[in-house]
Amino acid sequence: MAEVQEVKKERESLFSKKNRKLITDPLNDSNPITVQVLGICSALAITVKLYPALVMSLSVLFVLSAGNVVISLMRNLIPNRIRIIVQLVVVASLVILVDQVLKAYVYDVSKELSVFVGLIITNCIIMGRFEAFALGNTPWKSFLDGLGNGFGYAWILLTVAFFRELLGSGQLFGFQIVPESWYLSEGGFYSNNGLMLLPPMALITVGIIIWVQRSRNTELIEEN
Amino acid sequence: MQELINIFVKSIFVENMIFAYFLGMCSYLAVSKKVNTAVGLGAAVIFVLGITVPVNYLLENYILKEGALSWLGPDFAEVDLSFLSFIMFIAVIASMVQLVEMIVEKFAPALYGALGIFLPLIAVNCSILGGALFMQERNYNTIGEATVFGLGSGVGWFLAIVAIAAIREKIRYSHIPAPLRGLGITFIVTGLMGIAFMAFMGIKL
Repeated sequence: MAEVQEVKKERESLFSKKNRKLITDPLNDSNPITVQVLGICSALAITVKLYPALVMSLSVLFVLSAGNVVISLMRNLIPNRIRIIVQLVVVASLVILVDQVLKAYVYDVSKELSVFVGLIITNCIIMGRFEAFALGNTPWKSFLDGLGNGFGYAWILLTVAFFRELLGSGQLFGFQIVPESWYLSEGGFYSNNGLMLLPPMALITVGIIIWVQRSRNTELIEEN
Repeated sequence: MQELINIFVKSIFVENMIFAYFLGMCSYLAVSKKVNTAVGLGAAVIFVLGITVPVNYLLENYILKEGALSWLGPDFAEVDLSFLSFIMFIAVIASMVQLVEMIVEKFAPALYGALGIFLPLIAVNCSILGGALFMQERNYNTIGEATVFGLGSGVGWFLAIVAIAAIREKIRYSHIPAPLRGLGITFIVTGLMGIAFMAFMGIKL
């Protein structure tokens, strides 16, 4: 009897408070992009439009959560000295999978993303989460952690893409949002801000997101 | 010769890894607090890019590309291994980084100490893999062009990280709104530098 009770004590429900925190924390307080400064590399160049940004987010979400599970399952088998290589091989195989699927089903988008799909391999979020979390936690927790960080990455990407596409070309997902009659050529007052389409504005948009986030959550403010 | 110089100048200024493609941003943001460490990391990146891009070029052209294996005999003329390129490139990069790490540890221990964790992280520096993938996408004709492209991208990255490190050393004395301090202002300054670098886009090469 006593044994059974002990087992019950140790078991944690799948969505206990601690597990839920694994998902919600990376969305804001420890966001991979704006707080941990990871994974910016392959992210920003594809935020000109919402659709490629969405595809990119989903790819990263998949690679991150699946990779986390795989690494977590193998965590007791990986020798410490060659763990980086093992991690790279796992990520690279998952990314090859994603790349081939994208080429098969959404060829246009995969052309648009060009080298950036391959660059998911070197996305620091993925290596960072493998190192910091999956190597020391159970598969289910690692999966949740992967989901959380993937969503944390995705919402920044989608926000940046939203503003860049809306202000830069007046569209969202390729549909015209700003009425045609507003444009100067139609006798209106509005014209698209071409600067938003250029790469530097992605950086400035992220800078502004960081500004907003830190003025709401003053604990995150840095020294300088 | 002129072609080589064009590629070199283009990869430094017009298609700068940081300002035009945001590659290698993580280490760029993390290591750019002091000029000294920035110079060290920048030099390491030039070196690694200068080696890995030509090595990957050979790999791509003699093993991976469609029909690249034809030197083995007519049976292999139609083999296309290009789907393996990611994993091969990353293996080459990881081993080259290991090599560089050993060399730096032997000949410049002070630099080794200063770089610390960031040296192995060059393996996951996007600009290195990005260099190899751009090389693959742009189909350079000779190994010379690939080498020059690699070196040029490295120099461009070096330039960017040293410039931002110098700015960050000075920015400490200015009065910035508290939530923007640190990361936020670095992003915005990088954006402004990127806009400045866009001026080079007009140059026809």
